Amino acid sequence: MVYLTRIEHFNAAHKLYNRAWDKEKNEAVFGKCANENWHGHNYELYVTIKGEVVEETGFLFDVKELSSLTKQFVLDKLDHKNLNVDVEFLKGQMCSTENLAKAIWKQLQPHLPQTVQLHCIKLYETPRIYVEYFGE
Amino acid sequence: MENKVSVYRREHFNAAHRLNNPAWDETTNETVFGKCNNPSYHGHNYEMEVKVTGKPSPDTGFVIDLKVLSDIIRDNVLEKFDHKNLNLDVKEFENLNPTAENIVVTIYNILRQKINDGLDLQVRLYETPRNFVEYPAK
Repeated sequence: MVYLTRIEHFNAAHKLYNRAWDKEKNEAVFGKCANENWHGHNYELYVTIKGEVVEETGFLFDVKELSSLTKQFVLDKLDHKNLNVDVEFLKGQMCSTENLAKAIWKQLQPHLPQTVQLHCIKLYETPRIYVEYFGE
Repeated sequence: MENKVSVYRREHFNAAHRLNNPAWDETTNETVFGKCNNPSYHGHNYEMEVKVTGKPSPDTGFVIDLKVLSDIIRDNVLEKFDHKNLNLDVKEFENLNPTAENIVVTIYNILRQKINDGLDLQVRLYETPRNFVEYPAK
């Protein structure tokens, strides 16, 4: 079993705001992140897959193909976007890093061939904050 | 230059923005600013380095007390920029496109008023880990 990681990045605006709550409660729970006019981040995305090395190629999976799939199903939909407003697959969800990592997993997983498994989506919201999702 | 020392303080803030010239039509804005023109905004983790240069004081050994510099940056820059929409929330960008270039000049102008005239000041601003600007240019 080998693990292979491709690192990507995207920039986006978002806010943490629960519409079922009033402004006061949102500010109490989410602080500065509840700013009505949004704020933003440089997200760094680590996509890790696992599986057995194919003897003929020496590859677990063509990383160029992993990059293309990530671009098509994740980055093109998130980069330079407002996560709360512009992204269909996040509609109705809180745009936390936790939910974003899970949503990225759901976007990507169905498009990988059966010979490899998605192992981890690791997502940095800032250089000091990141989450990991293993599909569990 | 003799005996001068540069001291640095690194800070960061997160903000949303968009690049748009209201004097241009939408097609021109799209052509020039591309994805950065998204009307719903996008955002960055900005990292900044503030460099202060001068002779260390014989009394303290400091060019500037870095705690004092940190407080100046926090009170005058971070409070204004962090977790904000630069286009909508920061008055300096009401009529100024918030490019990295314009942001770094704005930060410099804010800090210059708060730091002793005898000390040189330079600000470096990272918009992404790969794109950064510096002012004044030397």
